[in-house]
Amino acid sequence: MLAKRVTFRRTGLPLALLAPQLAVTGVFFLWPTFVALKQSLYRSDAFGLREVFSGWDNYRALLFHSNYLATLERSAFFASSVTILSLVVGLVLAVIADSLGRSGRIWQALLVWPYALAPAVAGVLWAYMFDPAIGPVTHALAHVGMEWNHVLNSGQAMGLIVMAAAMKQVAYNFLFYLAALQAIPKSLMEAAALDAAGPLRRFFSLIIPLIAPTTLFLLVVDLTYAFFDTFGLIDSTTYGGPGNSTTIMVYQVYKDGFIDQRFGPAAAQSMMLLLLVGLLTLVQFALVERRIDY
Amino acid sequence: MLNRMKTFLAGTAMVLASSAAHAAPIKIQWWHAMNGVLGTDVEKLAHDFNASQTKYEIDPVFKGTYPQILTGAIAAFRAHQQPAIIQVFEVGTATMMAAKGAIYPVYQLMKDTGQAFDPKSYLQAVTSYYSDASGNMLSMPFNSSTPVTYINKTLFKKAGLDPEKTPTTWPEVETDAKKLRAAGVACGFTTAWPSWVLVENFNALHNLPLGTMDNGFGGLGTRLDFNNPLELRMWTDLAKWEKTKIYDYGGRADTAYAKFASGQCGMMMESSASRASVLASKIDFGMGPLPYWPDVKGAPLNSIIGGATLWVLKGVPTEQYKGVAAFFAYLSQPKVQAWWHQSTGYLPITTAAYDLSKSEGYYTKNPGADVAIKQMTRGTPTANSRGLRFGSFVQIRDVIEGNLEEVVAGKKTPKQGLDDAVAQGNALLTTFQQANQ
Repeated sequence: MLAKRVTFRRTGLPLALLAPQLAVTGVFFLWPTFVALKQSLYRSDAFGLREVFSGWDNYRALLFHSNYLATLERSAFFASSVTILSLVVGLVLAVIADSLGRSGRIWQALLVWPYALAPAVAGVLWAYMFDPAIGPVTHALAHVGMEWNHVLNSGQAMGLIVMAAAMKQVAYNFLFYLAALQAIPKSLMEAAALDAAGPLRRFFSLIIPLIAPTTLFLLVVDLTYAFFDTFGLIDSTTYGGPGNSTTIMVYQVYKDGFIDQRFGPAAAQSMMLLLLVGLLTLVQFALVERRIDY
Repeated sequence: MLNRMKTFLAGTAMVLASSAAHAAPIKIQWWHAMNGVLGTDVEKLAHDFNASQTKYEIDPVFKGTYPQILTGAIAAFRAHQQPAIIQVFEVGTATMMAAKGAIYPVYQLMKDTGQAFDPKSYLQAVTSYYSDASGNMLSMPFNSSTPVTYINKTLFKKAGLDPEKTPTTWPEVETDAKKLRAAGVACGFTTAWPSWVLVENFNALHNLPLGTMDNGFGGLGTRLDFNNPLELRMWTDLAKWEKTKIYDYGGRADTAYAKFASGQCGMMMESSASRASVLASKIDFGMGPLPYWPDVKGAPLNSIIGGATLWVLKGVPTEQYKGVAAFFAYLSQPKVQAWWHQSTGYLPITTAAYDLSKSEGYYTKNPGADVAIKQMTRGTPTANSRGLRFGSFVQIRDVIEGNLEEVVAGKKTPKQGLDDAVAQGNALLTTFQQANQ
């Protein structure tokens, strides 16, 4: 293959071309990360009047003196549930919409709506629908003999936030999957059909591998979303309860940092979260990418 | 061109000179968390104060929820852009107090600015929560409430109970709740703000401490110790009652309110400030004080408050502080206080405002509106009932409620739940002490 490369003689021009992007990354990503890293090594009061260097204390407290491992496990369960659920549902909906042809367009438009909803607003809506006292869904479930009370039932509470969080990503995944499906050459499908491959066989042996790059991309996006972007949702539905059963890492960061102004421990936790998601992404690219043909 | 420039400059100079002669009012920023109808009331307070004099202009700015105000004010303070006045919820008191270099205590402000100020004219049960160990007022009480009992009269009649008699003791609550359940009511009673009602006020009412060193008033070394036999008895009963829905846990914050407003629960313990919304729910309701255990000597004491106060921040231009002091004095006037109390349903902060409301016939026209004040002012507050001063208290409430949830759901024994709540709360107090020492 011929390499498409432009070679510059001097470094000035490429640097100038890169500058805007580098500036944005620096100001909005690198600098805050650096500040958080520094904060995580200090112990300070809310107003920042006394800041004492405390080394690894915040990290040590996190790892050895709290139920952080349980929170970690819970977050992993939550993130993988949200990711799997939203990927599967997104793909199924995309396949259906794709097969509908022209009339699928209305569905496409409708299915994108949930993505426009802010997490906190979505949370309020879900909390209302499933409210143990006045929720319409709760009433409907009671008619079929199921008691819904996520205020005391930890399994139901986790189920509720997984559903609510996945809902938003379904819309996003749907869009990307639909685009990926439409990019598959029709001739390929026809050839497979002529070779007597049924719809299921075509789906699993052809479509799934062909949209694998999209899946990898969505996997990273969905996991990042579930790990980082869901505290507003939890804060407006379960408050992390019952007990601690829906307190995931990012919600703990939100509570420690923004409700309690304990910036040191909160910064340490966000560094851990950053590290974890960074590692996950690396692993995904290293392992999964090897098996994907673009 | 040059000529035009000269004219322009001269004009500007004239404008400046004339405005100096008129002395534009000094603007004072006030960050608050009151939206909706309450927000309109806040605007009116500021507007009326501004109209009452010409030197200062209070500028109220809605800044979102209580936690958002606190976080925003801290960020602003760090960037030297802080407002003069911020509204902080009661559980943020310890955080504010510990920030000695950031706050300007109200008693100090009044003294420094020579503003007439009589601490005795305020309701002690309200101000004591926000005073230091020697009784000096640190912040200005603004919107205060206390939990009381609401009953649904229609459901009481259905169960053959006297709708004019709210239960005043826990055994009475149990009996009434059982009768309600027997009559087919979905739940006997529920409580909003579980930690505030069932732990914080519960201990105050029975003259028991929530923590050491006078509930934290004595210093940062305070630790929780509310895992006492009476609280254990309460949690044991709650867990038992949940099984038969004599009691039904309704969630954190005030989510339990829906269980009462939708007519599922016959009774509810909830903030006195919710009276207006219960009124709007069209439920035929009665109000009474919080229940207590009659076999506890000395009970019931006064209940403790919730709500928010106004804190003054250091570091704004000095000339603003005189205006802040004048504004606080204005807020304390009987007429202003009585209006605020009657319009919002929050407690009055001065005795004069309470008396004025009485003489205006407010309480005869609005039965139940004085239940909270009577409950607040009965007896003399003790070290156990004057208020709480714990750091990280928002999270401690989460810890208490999380453990109560596990007890009520049958995942932990009441003893285990209480001990865990105390231990986890104390871990938070330890880090707070380290950070603020």
